[in-house]
Amino acid sequence: MAKKVLMCGNEVLAEAAIMAGCRFYAGYPITPQNELPAYMSRRMPEVGGVFIQSESEISAINMVFGASLRGTRAMTSSSSPGISLKQEGISYLAGCELPGVIVNVMRGGPGLGNIAPSQSDYFQATKGGGHGDYHQIVLAPASLQEIVELTMLSFDLADKYRTPVMILGDGILGQMMEPVELEDSVERTADSEKKSWILDGCKGREPRKIRSLLLEDGSLETFNRKLQKKYTEIKDKEVRCEILYGDDSDIMVVAYGTTSRISRNAVEKLRSKGKKIGLVRPISLWPFPEKELRRIAEKVKSFLVVEMSCGQMIEDVRLSIDCKKPVHFYGRSGGGVPTEDEIIKEVEKIV
Amino acid sequence: MKEEIIFAGFGGQGIMLMGKAFSYAAMNEGKNVTWMPSYGAEVRGGTAHSMVVISDSPIASPVVREPSICIVMNKPSLQKFEPKMKPMGTLIINKSLVEVKAKRDDIDVLEIPATDMALKLGNPRVSNMIMLGALLARKDLLPIGSLSHSLKDVIPGHHHNMIAINEKAIMEGYKYGSRQICPKSNR
Repeated sequence: MAKKVLMCGNEVLAEAAIMAGCRFYAGYPITPQNELPAYMSRRMPEVGGVFIQSESEISAINMVFGASLRGTRAMTSSSSPGISLKQEGISYLAGCELPGVIVNVMRGGPGLGNIAPSQSDYFQATKGGGHGDYHQIVLAPASLQEIVELTMLSFDLADKYRTPVMILGDGILGQMMEPVELEDSVERTADSEKKSWILDGCKGREPRKIRSLLLEDGSLETFNRKLQKKYTEIKDKEVRCEILYGDDSDIMVVAYGTTSRISRNAVEKLRSKGKKIGLVRPISLWPFPEKELRRIAEKVKSFLVVEMSCGQMIEDVRLSIDCKKPVHFYGRSGGGVPTEDEIIKEVEKIV
Repeated sequence: MKEEIIFAGFGGQGIMLMGKAFSYAAMNEGKNVTWMPSYGAEVRGGTAHSMVVISDSPIASPVVREPSICIVMNKPSLQKFEPKMKPMGTLIINKSLVEVKAKRDDIDVLEIPATDMALKLGNPRVSNMIMLGALLARKDLLPIGSLSHSLKDVIPGHHHNMIAINEKAIMEGYKYGSRQICPKSNR
């Protein structure tokens, strides 16, 4: 077992990316994710990678585009306002079927908002964000150990499906420290030779092209059908979620990331009082655990969605279960963080 | 066991380091622990604080709203956090820099002249470790030796020559805290 260390979430994510073979990072500073580029600026030169503090968020995402084009595992990170600026580039990654990992350490919005933790970019992350008929895989860790796991997975999924992947955290996960094990033995690198599509000079082979501009009659529709087929495969294979007390609960709390940690403790406290409460924790926010929720909806009386937003994931919960059971909501916004007691109170109201 | 702790003082007093040293010690003792900084627009000379939760069971949120323990290194921190403390909590005050008394009578208060004691040791910057030593004397959270062990993890390599004086500071704080036997007589 690797030695436990204390690092903040932003640093853990950066180190996990390097372990996953990320060798290109570009980003522009913004709180509460600054420890990530700071760490990368020190570590990337040590592993023979490239760190660039770009002149803007837009250039950073386009640098990721460029590095990915060449087969390099590439990442950028920012926080909410900065992620808004990256949306065009993410749409281009999707349109060119290029892998890339984008980290959003969410803060309060809209606008410049504040620097406190938030989960109010759920819509933006899961419903497109940029223009066009595309999706990105969205993974939401709830602990620093899971940041390690999901960061490494992000690079694998991005390459496997040639798609942008977003890691969706928040200011708490980015800033907090807790014990984490980094397995230093399993370092991976991007195997660019296996990527048959990269642009690395066409000497001795047919030229390739990568573009998202498809003007010929019908060609874009054909391409979009192909993209949708890929998304269907991702929906079939890449749903991840954790279910606690799924078989004997009257009320299921649904929460992801930081709020799922708090909800879990609330659920355990209620259980110890004999209340039949469970927890669904979506780990992949897109694809969303629709089938799992539908199955649970057969057994439970109602749901309680807890978010650090004014209600975003709740829409996916309702859609998943075809509104067959009541879905209640408890949210804090603009930097508010729900407490265990607040969640318990909400559950007791429903009971 | 679960304690929610706030370490607070001026930026530059080693507030973040104090919390990290404690957290490392807690981790090495097999406890669940989280550390979270106040990451607002703090600057050197302004007030800063870090939040530490230590528990035998998994920790939900690293955010501390009602601390059960407060370590305050300056007056603004006392004024900010004393009203938020849980009843029966423990408040440790750096008497050297805080000339006022705590107001609450439902908490345990320990005053310690940490900055003066640090100056006597030869470096005012180790007042944070004196406070930590006093905390462990007052509350049986971790073995005192675990703190000294954590120093090498939180003090950067080029400052490892400072470990000895930090260890001494921890012991001085611990001795001072141990001498104040009955919490009630302290109020």
